Amino acid sequence: MKFIVSAIITASLAYGLGLYFPWWTVVIAGMLTGFFIPQHWGLSFLSAFTGVFLLWGLMALFISISNDHILAKRISMLVVKNNSVYLIILITALIGGLTSGLSASTARSLLNLIKK
Amino acid sequence: MKYFIFLFSLLLNIALVYVLGTRSVLPLPLGQFLSVQEGVWQNAESVDVDFNASLRFGELQGKVDVYLDDRLVPHVFAEQENDAYFVQGYLHAKFRLWQMEFQTHAAAGRVSEIVGEKAINYDRNQRRMGMVFAAENALAAMKQDPQTISAIDAYTAGVNAYISSLKASELPIEYKLLGYQPEKWTNLKSALFTKQMTQTLAGYDRDFEFTNALKLLGEENFRILYPSIPDSLYPVIAKGTVYSKPLAALNPPASADSLYFKRKDTIQFVEDFKPNPSNGSNSWAVAGTKTLSGKPILSNDPHLGLTLPSIWFEIQLKTPAFNAYGVSFPGLPGVVIGFNDSISFGFTNAGRDVKDYYEIQFRDKDKREYWFDSSWKTTTRRVEQIRIKNAKTLEDTVAYTVFGPVMYDNSFKTDLTAEKAYALKWVAHDTSNILKMWLLLNRATNYTDYLEAISHFNVPGQNMIFASKSGDIALWQQGSFPLRWNDQGLFVMPGTDSSYMWKGYIPHEENPHGFNPVEGYLSSANQRAADSSYPYFMPGSYEVYRPITINRKLASMNNITAQDMQSLQNNNYNVFAEDALPILLKYTLAEQLSADEKKYFSMVASWNMMNDASEKAPTCFTAWWDSLHAEIFNDDLVQDKMPITKPEKFVLLEALERDSSFKFIDNINTPIKEDLYQMVTVALKKASKKLATLEKENKLEWAKYKNTTVYHLLKTNAMAFARDGLMNGGGNGIINATQHDHGPSWRMVVEMTSPTNAYGVYPGGQSGNPGSKFYDNFIDQWTKGAYYKLWFMESAAIEGAKCKWKMSFASK
Repeated sequence: MKFIVSAIITASLAYGLGLYFPWWTVVIAGMLTGFFIPQHWGLSFLSAFTGVFLLWGLMALFISISNDHILAKRISMLVVKNNSVYLIILITALIGGLTSGLSASTARSLLNLIKK
Repeated sequence: MKYFIFLFSLLLNIALVYVLGTRSVLPLPLGQFLSVQEGVWQNAESVDVDFNASLRFGELQGKVDVYLDDRLVPHVFAEQENDAYFVQGYLHAKFRLWQMEFQTHAAAGRVSEIVGEKAINYDRNQRRMGMVFAAENALAAMKQDPQTISAIDAYTAGVNAYISSLKASELPIEYKLLGYQPEKWTNLKSALFTKQMTQTLAGYDRDFEFTNALKLLGEENFRILYPSIPDSLYPVIAKGTVYSKPLAALNPPASADSLYFKRKDTIQFVEDFKPNPSNGSNSWAVAGTKTLSGKPILSNDPHLGLTLPSIWFEIQLKTPAFNAYGVSFPGLPGVVIGFNDSISFGFTNAGRDVKDYYEIQFRDKDKREYWFDSSWKTTTRRVEQIRIKNAKTLEDTVAYTVFGPVMYDNSFKTDLTAEKAYALKWVAHDTSNILKMWLLLNRATNYTDYLEAISHFNVPGQNMIFASKSGDIALWQQGSFPLRWNDQGLFVMPGTDSSYMWKGYIPHEENPHGFNPVEGYLSSANQRAADSSYPYFMPGSYEVYRPITINRKLASMNNITAQDMQSLQNNNYNVFAEDALPILLKYTLAEQLSADEKKYFSMVASWNMMNDASEKAPTCFTAWWDSLHAEIFNDDLVQDKMPITKPEKFVLLEALERDSSFKFIDNINTPIKEDLYQMVTVALKKASKKLATLEKENKLEWAKYKNTTVYHLLKTNAMAFARDGLMNGGGNGIINATQHDHGPSWRMVVEMTSPTNAYGVYPGGQSGNPGSKFYDNFIDQWTKGAYYKLWFMESAAIEGAKCKWKMSFASK
């Protein structure tokens, strides 16, 4: 339960920050939940990862569907030299997920230091 | 351990954000680039996008309603004329901002700011050619004319109104890709755009190459290989036209023989970034006597580099003063090629040489003084600041002489010595306001208005085609063309003596022109405008073959319809082959051919001379003729380091038609004397090797061999945004002039009936966004040779409802 709540909060924070600030503020979203919603180190990572992975992945997917994948095909050719819409959506989701997940686990390990 | 985990995790996190946010590890900052809320996903435009909008701007005087049709063509209805230009600027920016800025950065020599050091040489070339100097002069002239400056001010304000409204996430993809931000638009940028067009269309010359060829070959051979008038010339203005005597006798200076025609040395450096000599166009107008409707039909297809986003943007502008439709240049107000209620207009390039080089003698390496008319004159110096991404700004000092900027000196071309340099004299540097012509053409209602409009145009010289609903057709070759003695400016001229300067310009009224000729049609296709009876020397780079097919067809056609004109624009007949093929076939030694060679021979022999997309013979023919050309001329002309231009293909063909023992046939590097039989056969053998390779790769079909490609402006750096492998026929010297990456950039046919019956298509789409379905949606239609019916709206009240979207603009 904590895992799901944490994931949802991370995703919501990331989305809200993303409306006004640069992409790397997913780091802040990850750190806040990692710090204030203490879980096992690995779960911290996974919940933040899952939250932003799904946020970015699903947003990219919905944007791409309403675009008939016109741009995703081109970006996929540009970035991975391969005409694969789902690969570029997966890469997008992974970037968001990893960045926020790592931030959460960093914050969680900081919490460990302070708590002792 | 806890510390270790924390530090490890922190470092990993920092490293990840760094790698994803910088360009120094991966070529792209993938985090930023792929971010769903900030990056390219924001450029993925919904296929059900809604363009309806209601906008208010303080700069507007009245109301402007813009109706966007299903092809995203805006029909702009403005209560005030300048408001129409404001909205045109806004729409150009909305759909084409990156292209507008990139093209004008390129004109101004500012590409290094975007891509870094690799563009320094290009930027210096632009600066030293005086592109910014030329644009500043153009802007000064625009400011002299209240009508022009108020139009351009409104246009600029419109572009900037859009730029100001732009959020980071809405930046065009290319800014995200290259990592920079748009700057404010300025009137100077519009002026720079006109100079970019001038460079494209009147920036080609062969002065250095001709100087070398003359030295290498001697005068007699030079005239054979680089004749000024082809035998098969079909001039713009019919042969036999009687011209008035020239204003004054133009004689070469007394020293010309020793200092000009028999100069001592050659030029050893190579010029870069020359414009494509294929930049050109077809246009024709047929009078009502030859059409089914009894009204004139005007046709135009400008041949330019094929790019995405397209050079053209379709638009209709309706103001109290006029109602015009056609294509516009993102970067300029007004309609450039199109029509209004009363007239239609189009252009082909004149191809005249308006660009000469003078050899400058500097006093010393400081380049502050140069020898001119028996004394040391002072140069003016212009210091060009070339900003470079991730590097220190480069200062390039360019000396300006009485002729113009010193383009080539030893700081730019290291083969030159400190004292010797070459200054550029170019009509593009003159103070003139060419925009005025379009502002007047858009509202012209008759031939007199057209004459007044074109009188404002100086460069790049154009053949300006005209047709009116009242039944007139006209064509003027318009521009400022230097008044030169025979052969002046073919070669580099001495810069030490004012007697080598141009003697002014040919009076506009003596430019070649035609008005309602008895033949019932007028046409131009970049050929020499007049035959040898024209009283002025008119050097240039001219097309020979397209005009032959066009004139032949137009002469034989009657009861012409708009559909006939469309088919003519897409005609693939290779009239060059008509003369070349019999020579190839006649002089082949069939007994010496292998099975493969025989196969290619018979493909050519049975060819119908149409460069159709699926034909294999055009590929074989082209390879064979190119191979023959190289066999015949390479031994005579290929020299180390010394740039020389190859004779044009008409030269070889006409020489062989006149004389099968043409003196250049012999290979001077062999002891034996080759004849045409040997050369044609060897050429086929060499071409066959290439053809066999192509056949293995399944690329023998003409369209596959040619691989027509519409590149993105970033060329091979952005193939994901390009369209390649298009199955287009046509080619060089063919009315359908579609080459690999060059060709008809807009095809238009306008029948001057009431209502106007107009058709058009260009290889692109109205949106410059690769994430929009409107980015390249016209290309398939263009490849097929099909057209769109152009919807010329007379009244917003009646027809507005048929449009897909409406944007309302009002003042605050």
